[in-house]
Amino acid sequence: MQEYFIIIISAVFINNIVLSQFLGICPFMGVSKKLSASLGMGGAVSFVLVVAGFITWALNTYLLTPLGIGYLQTIAFILVIASLVQFVEMVIKKFSPSLYKALGIYLPLITTNCAVLGVAIINIQKEFSLGKVMVHSLSHAAGFTLALVLMSGIRERLEDADIPESMRGVPIALIVAALMSISFLGFSGLI
Amino acid sequence: MLVAVITLAAMGGVFGIILGIAGKKFAVEVDPRVESLLQVLPGANCGACGLPGCAGFAEAVVANEAKPNACAPGGASLYEKIAVILGSDVSAYEERSVAQLLCHGGLGHVRMLYRYEGIQDCHAVLKKFLGPKACNYGCVQQGSCSHVCPFGAIQMGADGLPVVDYYLCTGCNKCVVECPQQILKLVGISHLAHVRCVNTQKGKEAKANCTVACIKCKICEKNCPEDAVHVVAVGEGTVAVIDYEKCTNCGICAVKCPTKAIDNIPPLSDKVMLGIKDTNANQCLQCNVCKPAS
Repeated sequence: MQEYFIIIISAVFINNIVLSQFLGICPFMGVSKKLSASLGMGGAVSFVLVVAGFITWALNTYLLTPLGIGYLQTIAFILVIASLVQFVEMVIKKFSPSLYKALGIYLPLITTNCAVLGVAIINIQKEFSLGKVMVHSLSHAAGFTLALVLMSGIRERLEDADIPESMRGVPIALIVAALMSISFLGFSGLI
Repeated sequence: MLVAVITLAAMGGVFGIILGIAGKKFAVEVDPRVESLLQVLPGANCGACGLPGCAGFAEAVVANEAKPNACAPGGASLYEKIAVILGSDVSAYEERSVAQLLCHGGLGHVRMLYRYEGIQDCHAVLKKFLGPKACNYGCVQQGSCSHVCPFGAIQMGADGLPVVDYYLCTGCNKCVVECPQQILKLVGISHLAHVRCVNTQKGKEAKANCTVACIKCKICEKNCPEDAVHVVAVGEGTVAVIDYEKCTNCGICAVKCPTKAIDNIPPLSDKVMLGIKDTNANQCLQCNVCKPAS
C-alpha cells in the first residue's frame, strides 16, 4: 500500500510530468490561457494517458518482449497512441456529444503529446506491475492537470497585470513556467 | 529484423482495420440542415436564444426543440432564411424586443446627496448609502449596463443616463440581468409609451427627490382611452404601469402626465421613421395629441 502512495506523491509532485520532467510543454504553454480550457485539456490528456498506459504496457509485456524486439518500443507506442486517440475521438463523438464538444479541439492535439509517450515509456522502464502502471499513469495525469490548472490560474491574472509590452504573452508565461518549475523543486526532499 | 518489420506492419494493419471499422460503425449522421443553418446564423454566440451558442441553437431548431424566431440578433430577415432551410412556410414573425430604461431622473432632475468618485460600477456605488441620488429606485448612472452590452447598443448620455440604441439592441437581456436596480426591461420595439419611473414612494416624497418622478396622481389612468395604464401596487407602494398589450401608442398619457414621468411619444413623423406606421398606424386613435400644434 505504501508503495502505491509513494508512486502517487512522486508522480504528482516530485516528478511532475510538466514541471520536473519537462514533458508535454506544448499544451502547457498553448492551452493554459483560460481555466476552463485547461481543465478540458487536462481531462482529455488524463483519459488518453491512462488508457494508453494500460495498452502500451500490455503490448510491451505480451508482444514486444516475448518477440525480443523491445527496441521498437518508441515507434510501436506512438502507433498505439495515435490510433487510440483517433478511436477514442470516434467513440466519444458517437456516444457522448457533450463530452466530445468539451474535449473536441484538444483530443487530436494529444496524438503527439510527449507526456503520454513519456509516461508509457517510464511505466516500462520502471518494470511496474499492471496495478502500479494504472496508478502511475493516473497520478501523472493528475500532475499534468494540476500543472495546467495552476498555470492557467496565474495566466488569467497576468492578463490584468502591468507587464512591460515586450514581455507580454508568451515571454512572461515562460518565466512563470520557470518559476513554477523551481518551486516544484521544493518537493524533491518529500520522500 | 524480419520479425520487427512483420510485427510493426501487422500492428499497423490491425490498428488500421480497427479504425476503419470503427469509423463506419461510429459514424455520426449530421443533419445537413444544421450546417446550412450555422452558415446563416449571426455567429455571435450571444446566448439570447437561451441555448449554448449558435451551434446549439441550430441543432435545437432542427430537432424542433427551439422556435426558429428565438434568435434576437438575426431578426426577421434571418427568420425567413431559417424558414427556407427548414422547408416550412414563413409564419408571422414576432416583433423583437429592445431594452427600455425605466428612469428619467438624470442630472438636473434628481436631488443629489453627495458626489461619488470611485469605481465606475453600479453595484459598487449602491454600497455607498444606496448611491448618491436622493431617489433610491432610479438609475445610479455608473454604466454597468453599457459595459456589459456585447453589441455596443448602450451609451451613457449627457444627463448621465444610459441611452439605448434601438437599432443596435438585440434584446439579448444581458443589461436587464446586470442592472442592480432592475430598471431595464425588454419591451417590444413598437411600444412607444413608457412610465420612466419605478419609485413607489408617495407622490410628495417622490417629487421632493426627483422632478420627473411618478407622483401617483392617476391622471394617466383617468385619461387613457384604452384602460391600459394603471397606478398599481408594487412592493410597499404604488406606481403607474403600462399594460403593453392594451397600449396603442396614442400618447395621451405622456401629454397629460404632470411630471413627464411618462415618455414623450415621438411625433407621427418619427413614428413613421421608426417603421411603426405599417403595423400600428392603423390602430391609431387619430386623437392628434401626438401631432405638434399647427
